[in-house]
Amino acid sequence: MNKKRFFATVAALGVVTIGLAACGNGGGSASSSSSSASAKITAVGSTALQPLVEKAASNYQSQNKGVNISVQGGGSGTGLSQVQEGSVQIGNSDIFASQQSGIKASKLVDHKVAVVGMTPVVNKDVGVKNVSMDQLKQIFTGKITNWKQLGGKNEKITVVNRAKGSGTRATFEAAVLNGETAVKSQEQDSNGTVQKIVSTTPGAISYLAFSYVNDSLQALSIDNVKPTDANVETNDWKIWSYEHMYTKGQPNKATKEFLAYIDAKKQQNGLVKKMGYISIHDMKVSKDANNNVTDNKN
Amino acid sequence: MDKDNIQVRLMKSSKATREDYFGKTICYVCIGLITVLVGCILYFITSRGIATFTQNHVKLGQFLSGTNWNPGMLDSHGNPEVGALPMIVTSFGVTILAALVATPFAIGMAVFMTEISPKRGTKLLQSVTELLVGIPSVVYGFVGLSVIVPTVRHIFGGTGFGILSGTLVLFVMILPTVTSLSVDSLRAVPVHYRQASLALGATRWQTIRKVVLKTATPGILTAIIFGMARAFGEALAVQMVIGNAVLMPTSLVSPSSTLTSQLTTQIGNTVMGTMQNNALWSLALILLLMSLVFNLVVRVIGNWGKHKYES
Amino acid sequence: MNPKRSNQIATGTIFGLVVIVVLILIGLIGYILFNGVPNISWHFITAEAQAFSAGGGIRDQLFNSLYLLILTLLISFPIALGAGIYLSEYASDNWITNVIRTMIEVLSSLPSVVVGLFGYLLFVIKFGFGFSILAGAIALTFFNLPLLTRQIEESLRTVPNLQREAGMSLGLSSWKTVTGIILPAALPGIITGIILCAGRVFGEAAALIYTAGQSAPVVDYLNFNPLSPTSFLNPMRPAETLAVHIWKLNTEGVTPDAHQISSGASAVLIIVILIFNLGARALGSYTYRKMTATK
Repeated sequence: MNKKRFFATVAALGVVTIGLAACGNGGGSASSSSSSASAKITAVGSTALQPLVEKAASNYQSQNKGVNISVQGGGSGTGLSQVQEGSVQIGNSDIFASQQSGIKASKLVDHKVAVVGMTPVVNKDVGVKNVSMDQLKQIFTGKITNWKQLGGKNEKITVVNRAKGSGTRATFEAAVLNGETAVKSQEQDSNGTVQKIVSTTPGAISYLAFSYVNDSLQALSIDNVKPTDANVETNDWKIWSYEHMYTKGQPNKATKEFLAYIDAKKQQNGLVKKMGYISIHDMKVSKDANNNVTDNKN
Repeated sequence: MDKDNIQVRLMKSSKATREDYFGKTICYVCIGLITVLVGCILYFITSRGIATFTQNHVKLGQFLSGTNWNPGMLDSHGNPEVGALPMIVTSFGVTILAALVATPFAIGMAVFMTEISPKRGTKLLQSVTELLVGIPSVVYGFVGLSVIVPTVRHIFGGTGFGILSGTLVLFVMILPTVTSLSVDSLRAVPVHYRQASLALGATRWQTIRKVVLKTATPGILTAIIFGMARAFGEALAVQMVIGNAVLMPTSLVSPSSTLTSQLTTQIGNTVMGTMQNNALWSLALILLLMSLVFNLVVRVIGNWGKHKYES
Repeated sequence: MNPKRSNQIATGTIFGLVVIVVLILIGLIGYILFNGVPNISWHFITAEAQAFSAGGGIRDQLFNSLYLLILTLLISFPIALGAGIYLSEYASDNWITNVIRTMIEVLSSLPSVVVGLFGYLLFVIKFGFGFSILAGAIALTFFNLPLLTRQIEESLRTVPNLQREAGMSLGLSSWKTVTGIILPAALPGIITGIILCAGRVFGEAAALIYTAGQSAPVVDYLNFNPLSPTSFLNPMRPAETLAVHIWKLNTEGVTPDAHQISSGASAVLIIVILIFNLGARALGSYTYRKMTATK
């Protein structure tokens, strides 16, 4: 009986191994066959950038039959690390590769495809519509804790921050906090959730990309500058960042054509604006990874 | 010749035996496959999870008892800030509370479905609980965010985000799992136990309490672990109502963060192989170990129950 | 306290508990349906999703969910069935069985994002599946196996030993006994297990984001060649399911009617699950009647 059981176990393990091996082979052959049939581009990364790239990809594919583009989310960190390892062609990111630890930025080529503006938003009940940059900093570092101190309602400030390491937070902290550490507070990682929380929580403050600001919340002006596309283009509004599409080294032909398609005037003025981004060509200034802003004319 | 033939035929394994081999082999293959898969994933998480301690030289004690979570940053002494205690406490808190709240309801439902109204009650309740399992956690999260959080804020003050809201959402989420598994274990109690008890003149409740529930205790405990396991591993729904602040929970309504909510919000923003990423895998490892401990504890209780009531 | 009195109190309490649960359930399901059903229309179910303009539908997502469910069950059910039979019929009560059981149960408590990332690194990257329905189905198999195995094992155990003895005494092999007598008798429990798992497949999002992906490429519903990249049957194409779609709309949705679509999609999800459950149950009781002597 024992012998038989032993035999059965060996047989079981054998079948498992063969099964796993077969799986591996099957997968390998399937992917190689599809790449020979047509150009396959995979773009992974930032969930914020995903809708834009996805829409652009589906438009592009309807014009160029042979190309198969797959656009997925997963977060900026995932996008950058996967493109660095060469497992995908394009890594979408909200932040500069050099700002992400564990990424060798020199190996990656940056393609900036859009600009996104961000604005502090508050719950409608706080009674404040304008703050100074310094006040904003003090709110997020926990020094100002009541809206009364800013001339608003007597109400405790509930800070809702964005997830550590997310592109939105990196941009906001670089523009507002001046190297100070934010107060420990609630954190959310997506625009939609933040929008919902701020609009329903009395006294809440957070920050959102322009396209997510709606009637249910109050966007704040900073030093009497309104959060508008025009102000971002001149850097009068300081909180903005690029949306990047990174490739490892120079892109191959199909990828290059797709990136050129997104960068073209038609897409920049059409799709990019419709999705709530600011066209990269409209910017009158440019910003580098260390947050230094230079005028484009010089 | 003829004799040999008979001998050969008699010595040969019968059709039934061969069938049995065949069936057994299939089962061994399946269980082997599961074991290999589980082994793979356990190895994977363990190897990633201990990298924080082996590569980044974080001390285990510091990891488990520290309250500052800021991977990648150094504190004033130059040690990395990776204290997971607030998340461990919160995870334990919501899981245990959710299980405590869900258990009486689940047992009540199970008793109702098996002992009180086995026909109509079962049909209705079973379909409804099965329906609940299929609601995406995101939807639970959003219902929690739009209904539970404001309600908690109204009644208990604060922002409404915190362990209490998390518990309430999780309680509904794990209820179907705990209920359906409890029902199974109550059904597994032989009918003649009940008949014997009733024949002795026991009331229905006495039968349920002293015979049915006692016999089914190990099964019910298993149901509760499965529920707790689901609560432990649940991320998207909890993340929306718990507040996601890596702070030691000071009360049931102060924003805090569970292991899973931290893991889910951060993992997409980190790069494989970095300290930040390793620290998150360590959280997954804790999750794994914690559920292992829960499992073992309940197994011990289950064995104790079995010996006490069945022998 | 006299036993009669405590009997009444206990029955009352149990009724109370059941009523509370039922109220919660009705409230929850009512909330979702109330918010969602007004948004459902034929157009909503048959149109493609829109990236930024209003009026998108959920056709592809709905189909992907169903297809993923079928693939997942095709992979996980046979394995879980074999494992369940092993655990209930063959496994002896020793430490190996205990280790296996513990491992399976631990697996069920892993957060789905971890399983998703594991699936991503192993199947999507290492085995070269790419973001695909197949990778998603395998990742979901990880979730389903513990619950399904457990459920199958439990329902096999509830079949009285008398039936096994009867089978044996008829000279059947124990395998024949299991497949011919025990399995049919355990069918209702097994069906429940499948339904519970199907629910999880429909509702899972976190694990699929990294495996099946979160974009739904344009597919051709008339192309029946499963190897063609544009075919709706191709298991190697990326596929966004309904739950992932709801998640995406709620987190990063930029369409003006994101909220309506997501509540409509949630309602559709519940209705589909309801149909699936009723269907599975009807099919189950039909087969049960056919395979056993029950009337």
